[in-house]
Amino acid sequence: MSAVRDWLLDDSPASRLQASLGRSWRSFSALMRNPLAVAGALIILALIVMAVFAPWIAPYSAIGQDLANRLAPPSALHWMGTDELGRDIFSRVVFGSRITLMIVTMVAVISAPIGLLVGAISGYFGGWTDRVLMGLTDIFLSMPKLILALAFVAALGPGIENAIIAIAITAWPVYARIARAETITFRDSEFIAAVQLQGASSARVILRHVLPLCASSTIIRVTLDMAGIILTAAGLGFLGLGAQPPLPEWGAMISSGRNFILDQWWVATMPGFAIIAVSLGFCFLGDGLRDVLDPKQRDGR
Amino acid sequence: MSAGVVAGQAARGVAGIARFALVVAATFLGLLAITFFIGRVVPIDPVLAVVGDRATAAVYEAARERMGLDRPLLVQFFSYVGDVLTGNLGQSISTGRAVVDDLGRFFPATLEMATVGILIGVALGVPMGVTAATRQGSWADQVIRVLGLLGYSVPAFWLGLVGLAVFYAGLGWVAGPGRIDIFYEGLVEPVTGVYLIDSLMAGEWEVFRNAASHLLLPASILGFFSLAYIARMTRSFMLDQLSQEYVTTARVKGVPERRVIWRHAFYPIRIQLITVIGLSYASLLEGSVMIETVFSWPGIGRYLTVALLNADMNAVLGATLVIGSVFILINKASDVLYRILDPRARR
Repeated sequence: MSAVRDWLLDDSPASRLQASLGRSWRSFSALMRNPLAVAGALIILALIVMAVFAPWIAPYSAIGQDLANRLAPPSALHWMGTDELGRDIFSRVVFGSRITLMIVTMVAVISAPIGLLVGAISGYFGGWTDRVLMGLTDIFLSMPKLILALAFVAALGPGIENAIIAIAITAWPVYARIARAETITFRDSEFIAAVQLQGASSARVILRHVLPLCASSTIIRVTLDMAGIILTAAGLGFLGLGAQPPLPEWGAMISSGRNFILDQWWVATMPGFAIIAVSLGFCFLGDGLRDVLDPKQRDGR
Repeated sequence: MSAGVVAGQAARGVAGIARFALVVAATFLGLLAITFFIGRVVPIDPVLAVVGDRATAAVYEAARERMGLDRPLLVQFFSYVGDVLTGNLGQSISTGRAVVDDLGRFFPATLEMATVGILIGVALGVPMGVTAATRQGSWADQVIRVLGLLGYSVPAFWLGLVGLAVFYAGLGWVAGPGRIDIFYEGLVEPVTGVYLIDSLMAGEWEVFRNAASHLLLPASILGFFSLAYIARMTRSFMLDQLSQEYVTTARVKGVPERRVIWRHAFYPIRIQLITVIGLSYASLLEGSVMIETVFSWPGIGRYLTVALLNADMNAVLGATLVIGSVFILINKASDVLYRILDPRARR
């Protein structure tokens, strides 16, 4: 074990792989010394485990109805009670983690590359390209995100895929701004000039040499944005524009519990705790990542 | 200062204003382009909605032409911009009235709630942020840190429901959903549309009390979200100031701590705070969409969500335009205020 660690922490790495693994190890151990970041990582790990092993973790089916057992309060049999169709709320929350995880992953996978590419192209070429692309980015940045997402879903029609597209459309401009700022700081540095002199095309310089350097600040930002994405997705679900019944989406579950909030409080409140826990987890992890990877960004959010 | 320098500064100032006006105009045009695009990509054929699916090809074409959908996209866009500028947003299919009239009727309710919300957020958030900064690491600091994080992770609509269950149904401290009890409805002549002001002007204390009781909970929940953000930013600005050398100098000179905090450290950050408060106010207008839906509050947000569920696109786009415009206006206005008030930003 210690041999591996010595190899990782070697001051004069023999290969590129060793150097990058060593750097990752240092960041990782710094992250693990931050209690909030560990808590955040554990919450997200729990979310992933819950999503992957949902059928084994959930004691009941997510959609199976039991009308004799409607609106039962939390008990040993039903930890979070049952809803208006007698479905076990805990099981639905467990299965709902799959939907939440899918939404945040898809939004990140769609919006981060778009933002990165726009920002890197803008920063790398400068001039008119920069002015046009950043003008566009700024226009999107100064729009209210939730309203824009709502209007897009209204046009595309309700549903989970459209909710993902709508959120992704409103999420990319921040990443474009970050990628541009990063690109400008090293656009004129020697290693870029060296690659250019070797005859690398602009596409190659951007994809192989610029984008990887923008990755860490983008990852921090994406992690911090996750909470907002989860809240927006849940909000769309709550309004009936996101995941459609009988899908156990947390926002939609809160919406269906709305009518019982005064007497059967557990129907609406339980999924809310799941949303809060996961959002907090991403906030904690994002704050921790920022402290470790990019201390100068602190408090600037 | 010579006349030439003054003239040069004035010229730069005018150029700066022109540049700024251009940016604002481009942003509004961008907003219009987005709403226009959203209106065009609706998968439902707008012509079909008018003529019905049994119409012949000739009738269909005639209707398409009458609605102007056969013209090039760019021409359609310019005529759309012209319509919006002259206040023509079309008819709402759910209320049957012109969207502009609807928006005028619903806007005061949203404004009232968001304004009371931001007042609560500033009144509590700024002192909390200052306290957290001056007692860094204390329990007060920890509480404010947790509140700040909760502001990012609690769904507004969930907090609204829980608030209703606890403070309305459970404790009975506040009135329930809606803006006013039916009993008081129509007692006061609407002048501004803001119930608190209207009832005060009419001297109707009972109505004022009832309206305030309805407003307290939703406004406090909105206020919580702005409080979380304002306290967090105030804390970080204050920490910056408190580590400055002139603050140490003031302390060494024996200036009372209270004066050091408010006069030496807080005074310089008030300008940055205006920007933060402006941003927060704008986001409250947006956040009111969810809160209004939960509290059946007859504002723009609820109008928007009702229209969404009825696929009433004119109303959706109209509400999006209004909320978007106010959002942009507040953002840019706080930007301008910052430039005017901060001597360093004037260069």
